[in-house]
Amino acid sequence: MDNPVIQIADVNFWYGTKQALFDVNVAIAPHQTTAFIGPSGCGKSTLLRCLNRMNDLINGTRVTGRIALNGEDVYAPEVDVIELRKQVGMVFQKSNPFPKSIFDNVAYGLRIQGLTDKTELEGRVVKSLKKAALWDEVQDRLHDSALMLSGGQQQRLCIARAIAVEPEIILMDEPCSALDPTATAKIEELIQDLETDYTIVIVTHNMQQAARCSDYTAFFYLGRLVEFDATNKIFTNPTNKQTEDYVTGRFG
Amino acid sequence: MNLKRRQRDWQSVAFYAVTLAATALIVLTILVILGDIVWHGARQVSWHFITGGTKEGMFDAQTAGVFPMIFGTLALVVLMTLGVVPVGVITAVYLTEYARSLSPITRIIRGAINNLAGVPSIVFGLFGLGFFVQFVGGGLDQMFYGGALHYRKPALIWAAATMAVMTLPVVIVATEEALRAVPSGLREASLALGATKLKTIWKIVLPEALPGVLTGAILAVGRGAGEVAPIMFTGAAYYLAHLPNSWTDQFMHLGYHVFVLSTQSPDIERTKPILYGSVLVLLVMTFLLNLTGVLVRAKIRSRLQHG
Repeated sequence: MDNPVIQIADVNFWYGTKQALFDVNVAIAPHQTTAFIGPSGCGKSTLLRCLNRMNDLINGTRVTGRIALNGEDVYAPEVDVIELRKQVGMVFQKSNPFPKSIFDNVAYGLRIQGLTDKTELEGRVVKSLKKAALWDEVQDRLHDSALMLSGGQQQRLCIARAIAVEPEIILMDEPCSALDPTATAKIEELIQDLETDYTIVIVTHNMQQAARCSDYTAFFYLGRLVEFDATNKIFTNPTNKQTEDYVTGRFG
Repeated sequence: MNLKRRQRDWQSVAFYAVTLAATALIVLTILVILGDIVWHGARQVSWHFITGGTKEGMFDAQTAGVFPMIFGTLALVVLMTLGVVPVGVITAVYLTEYARSLSPITRIIRGAINNLAGVPSIVFGLFGLGFFVQFVGGGLDQMFYGGALHYRKPALIWAAATMAVMTLPVVIVATEEALRAVPSGLREASLALGATKLKTIWKIVLPEALPGVLTGAILAVGRGAGEVAPIMFTGAAYYLAHLPNSWTDQFMHLGYHVFVLSTQSPDIERTKPILYGSVLVLLVMTFLLNLTGVLVRAKIRSRLQHG
């Protein structure tokens, strides 16, 4: 792949003494959606959380190998993890809006970066809500609590909150696993729209979802990358027998 | 098959009766105590009793009032709360957000806090006298007043400080529980947006834990308002002609007043009405302080829920 935005090279990962990833190599293409699939415990979420170093929060974890964001090693000692996370946003499995108003949720990331100008703040919030396809539903109740929104709306709010700080990459950790099919469809549609501005990496349990909205797919099994290729290829003509068994639903 | 009951299960019935009796005993005890206090106290409590002082003699039921004691108790509780809440919250933040929960040091700190909660209150009184009055007060006098007596004596501030140390475990434990109840997803969301740990704690975790912090403060006030032992040597006065006008002054206190009335009165029968009145006022005051805390907490909770 030419000019990947993230290059994952020979990554091993341990929780304490338990190794969760073995020599993983993946390249993430810019302005494309890459899906990580595989059965529970295969390491796909672990790898995702290495990309913005959220695993740093867990005691006793260790990582070797190299993860480069635009050529810069994100685990290098001089890297400021705060700056990294501004560039690599994240949407979580369980929607986690702050117990604040819709507006304050989206404005949070901007405010902690020191943006105080009211007009600019409002502009950025509105823009983010529009990009996250939530604006039409919330425009006349921006100052209501975010907790009053439905599950799907909350998840789109979390996406709006992530894109408000204008990251380069958005990581999504099973963003639809708690949502009904209608809400899921909206998020999937949104993912395809977001590709123009962002690079997306999505972890999903749902193979149809990976097939529908990703350009590249990486299949993991027991901490190892089994196959990584264009989504089309993975789902129609996989090289590996294990991949074929998984995507056709024979195991997993 | 025969579904008919052959005989009553007497064991179950007996056990049920025991649980019921135990509960009834508690409820009855409370009712008797409260009933007695309200019945006798209500006759003594009047506008004059609440707003009046002790100028005409503190043992005379006709003229004595408890305003100086109400004032002193309130001042003590407010100062104590101002002292204990920040220190307790900051300690709880360290223990839940920064310290590794399984490290030996954290365990020692937790053990120390639990032990602090088990220390008898009279020991806190002696500690306050030795540490705050003699050591800290004496030190301040040496440093700033050339040894002249200014801080090295029982005072409102030292009584409040002693009371704050005594109620510290309550605030720490309640705050810790509140902090642990904040969903980790909120911390992750904040950190993933590029917030520092400090900002995450300050803007997300603490506001969410605020109702729990208030619970701690309410419990501390509840424990502190009625305690006498910690303030006996550190600031409470038997009798003062006027209200304290600085935190280095001594003060009169409802609980201590009750102690004085019941042990120092020349004629216990004549002092009894004042005793009942003072106890009733103390109970009502503690209740009102708690009620205020509960209302403030409810308001914060609803604001958290509705944005």
